[in-house]
Amino acid sequence: MKTVDARGFSCPEPVLRTRNALKTLPAGEELEVLVETVTSRENVRRFALTQKCEVSFDETEDGFRLIIRKP
Amino acid sequence: MSDRFTRFFASRWGIVLTGAVIGLLASLLQKAGNPPNMGICVACFERDIAGALGLHRAAVVQYIRPEIIAFVLGSTLAALFFREFKPRAGSAPIVRFILGVFAMIGALAFLGCPWRALLRLAGGDLNAIVGLAGLVIGITIGVWFLKQGYTLGRSYPVPASVGWIMPVLMVGLLLLLLFQPQFSEGGAIFFSESGPGSLHAAVWISLGAGLIIGFLAQRTRFCTMGSIRDVILMGDTHLISGVGALVVIAFIVNLIFGQVHFGFAAQPVAHSNHLWNFLGMVLAGLAFALAGGCPGRQLFLSGEGDGDSAVFVLGMITGAAFSHNFSLAGSPDKLVDGALVVGGISTYGQAAVILGILVCLVLGFTLRERFE
Repeated sequence: MKTVDARGFSCPEPVLRTRNALKTLPAGEELEVLVETVTSRENVRRFALTQKCEVSFDETEDGFRLIIRKP
Repeated sequence: MSDRFTRFFASRWGIVLTGAVIGLLASLLQKAGNPPNMGICVACFERDIAGALGLHRAAVVQYIRPEIIAFVLGSTLAALFFREFKPRAGSAPIVRFILGVFAMIGALAFLGCPWRALLRLAGGDLNAIVGLAGLVIGITIGVWFLKQGYTLGRSYPVPASVGWIMPVLMVGLLLLLLFQPQFSEGGAIFFSESGPGSLHAAVWISLGAGLIIGFLAQRTRFCTMGSIRDVILMGDTHLISGVGALVVIAFIVNLIFGQVHFGFAAQPVAHSNHLWNFLGMVLAGLAFALAGGCPGRQLFLSGEGDGDSAVFVLGMITGAAFSHNFSLAGSPDKLVDGALVVGGISTYGQAAVILGILVCLVLGFTLRERFE
């Protein structure tokens, strides 16, 4: 699975990095995005939902791990 | 319970409520004594703090504004309560400092940060439209850089003590405000006896309003610059719905209190020199966009442990000192014997705004990384 490590980047970079990665991701595949703050998690989640992706996340030791499935 | 709150604050209604509360409290703060169309102005209030500490000696703009203190501490309380206090630092601090300096120089050329631009609009000051247009252009340039791969790099987790520096600094300012020590005869701490610095609501009112705003803004990530950036960058109208609510509610409350006066000329603490209102805010908008947040957002972030935002804030306070020591800040329109004398900025101020835009462009072009 492709991973975007956006930990430590501030708004809106996690979203931009996610967007760029989603562009090249084949439909039906999953993207893992690592972020540090709730702000970044919510921004990435909101963006992915606008792209009609399925989004889930869980907590990690230093933040959150989002799994985004491209439709 | 805390999850339900978090979900509400992350929702559209959460951000709209926050914007509405800010608009309401800003108009009430003006009614309670803050300067006209300046119920809240992050840039102006930081400038007043710089003056109170003697970092500049413009006698009319010196006061330790409790709103700034409370913005940071309200955010700290919210972050602690919801377990979001995350001490972090190390993302291009010197760049953030310089961006803070020039953001302030740009904002003071216009005589207000984005927050005050919105409140000036809600008070009928049509110069705000020119300023906001500049802000949008500045942010648009910033968005272009972001799309090209502009980045300030990663921050890293740091020991808790680093995250506490800004909140503790604010408690220190609060003590200076409450006890008003005089460190030498005729010396700091300075408090204006006339002019905008002498106009303020009671300390407890300012503190209370600021704490509420700091708390709500930390929960909802309210950001004036971010609201425009997100629309341009992604068509995302989440944050701007809060900004819209701010303007609408502030306008309604201003109408009720008779605080609306439409026009360009001789508006309170404002000038109608359109070119420099515009360019000042182009600079501010660009600097805020490159730094990742409006001046309010930078305060809220510094309250939740972000050492890099704290450096930006200190840059803004330093920029305020430069602005007044070097006569860069705008002078308001004046009525002399019934005739309007249009204010504006000095040649030095004009040079500083142009220099600031150039510096931001150089930073925008050079701080790049190709996305993986």
